[in-house]
Amino acid sequence: MANTQELNDLVIQVRRDILRMVHKVNSGHPGGSLGCTEFFVAMYNEIMDLKDGFEMDGKDEDVFFLSNGHISPVYYSVLARRGYFPVDELNTFRLINSRLQGHPTTHEKLPGVRIASGSLGQGMSVAIGAALAKKLNNDEHLIFSLHGDGELQEGQNWEAIMYASGKKVDNLIATVDLNGKQIDGATDDVLPMGDLKAKFEAFDWDVLEIKDGNNLEAVINGMNEAKSRTGKGKPVCVLLYTEMGNGIDFMMHTHAWHGKAPNDEQLEIALAQNPETLGDY
Amino acid sequence: MKKYIDSGKKDTRSGFGAGLAELGRTNPNVVALCADLIGSLKMNTFIDENPDRFFQIGIAEANMMGIAAGLTVGGKIPFTGTFANFSTGRVYDQIRQSIAYSGKNVKICASHAGLTLGEDGATHQILEDIGLMKMLPGMVVINPCDYNQTKAATIAIADYEGPVYLRFGRPGVPNFTPESQNFEIGKAVMLNEGTDVTIVATGHLVWEALKAAEALEDKGISAEVINIHTIKPLDDEAILNSVAKTGCIVTAEEHNYLGGLGESVSRVLVQNNPVPQEFIATNDTFGESGTPAQLMEKYGLNDKAIINAVEKVVKRK
Repeated sequence: MANTQELNDLVIQVRRDILRMVHKVNSGHPGGSLGCTEFFVAMYNEIMDLKDGFEMDGKDEDVFFLSNGHISPVYYSVLARRGYFPVDELNTFRLINSRLQGHPTTHEKLPGVRIASGSLGQGMSVAIGAALAKKLNNDEHLIFSLHGDGELQEGQNWEAIMYASGKKVDNLIATVDLNGKQIDGATDDVLPMGDLKAKFEAFDWDVLEIKDGNNLEAVINGMNEAKSRTGKGKPVCVLLYTEMGNGIDFMMHTHAWHGKAPNDEQLEIALAQNPETLGDY
Repeated sequence: MKKYIDSGKKDTRSGFGAGLAELGRTNPNVVALCADLIGSLKMNTFIDENPDRFFQIGIAEANMMGIAAGLTVGGKIPFTGTFANFSTGRVYDQIRQSIAYSGKNVKICASHAGLTLGEDGATHQILEDIGLMKMLPGMVVINPCDYNQTKAATIAIADYEGPVYLRFGRPGVPNFTPESQNFEIGKAVMLNEGTDVTIVATGHLVWEALKAAEALEDKGISAEVINIHTIKPLDDEAILNSVAKTGCIVTAEEHNYLGGLGESVSRVLVQNNPVPQEFIATNDTFGESGTPAQLMEKYGLNDKAIINAVEKVVKRK
């Protein structure tokens, strides 16, 4: 278990990684990545029970699936800094012949990734399948997944949500990144989804909310609480309230940075707000 | 002409059910999923014998494909079962991203393919599925011809690591291949050697090709008949060896000529040995309600149509 200072340092370093990765190739998705930085750092360093090294089958360890694959920058940074692959490889993000594709894939054999994602709405079904396999294998470890809130507009999610509770897939914790924004604007303007807590509860999930999803301690406490609710006959949903672009003042409170990279000047300002902690790649 | 005995009409979907049942007894990693069509897919025996390894998904095919992909992560070999239409077109992007691009070991088992689904009509009669599936990088596409071969194919694909599309059908058709056969993915089966024309057929059209060859023999035309049960990877060598001898070819399939077996054969010919080819396939059309025999007659997918195509293609040599 890492101490809080170490994890906070890691959060800041991951933010720098995200900014530098998308700036270098002038593409990618910094907004959602920055919003989920505390979540990823908590998951891979505090919450999940992980083995050293990487095996596709995830036997005897917790397994994570990223459904909203466009926030690959935060995923790659946290995987690299957890030791799945060399941190220097972050330099190859979105470049030709790279294992770090624009959206995560197993196709280039990047350690840590178990499914391709990017076309939205497919990750919860995959997570359910992996959870069912864990049960068949008598492996008591958990399956975690992360989904964007806008992503819930894809109908396949609701097939999966119905199945998971109907078939008592209770070794699954699905987290929804509730930042209230998507490419075209606020989710409430693009397609209002109403009360997601009530919707998940109506589908018979056990739902808990992490109101301050950018507070590391709140995320750790909330995810530990979610773990304690598994194995009780219901899948667990975590509604994680985050701020898109968190940690960079000019990227917050807007959907503008969903899929836009900072220019040279913006990068400098953003990095100055997050001074180097563990060393840049 | 080599004689083949029809040991009695049986549906290819029952061959799938029998193969799946056998896998349930022999391979503990095999699991099955179905989207509310257990009876149609003949999955009952597997389910009765292995209730813990069966997942009833409900009418939610997209979710089924994703769950199947996830099951492979835990080392399982999932066999999904639904109609061909709902196994492909309805879930193309789920197959593309979560299965094919992700390289997952899922066996997509598709019944009621083509016109011979019959009375339900065009909403359920997919004639585009071979094309859809063969375009996906890494996807193996198999369309066996009878009960015995479908059973053998079902068992064989469990031992192959990677995504497979297994296509079969609803009606009873002559069962003539050996009960115990070694099904080799990608290896064409020579059914009758001939010298004047090559007929390559897949699925339900294989028996029609044999009937056609028999009638052609009476007309003095020696037809070589090859069963192409695997459309991808295609057995290029078998096709090229045959046309080197015969100099012309007819391809026969229960599928649109666009995107089907015929087009795959054309590519091989054009790159290696261009010879005249005629297509027995549907002509860029949807199907309709009717009995399987009526539909195959109306859309030109039977022995008579093959005979006409042969007579045409030999004149083009």
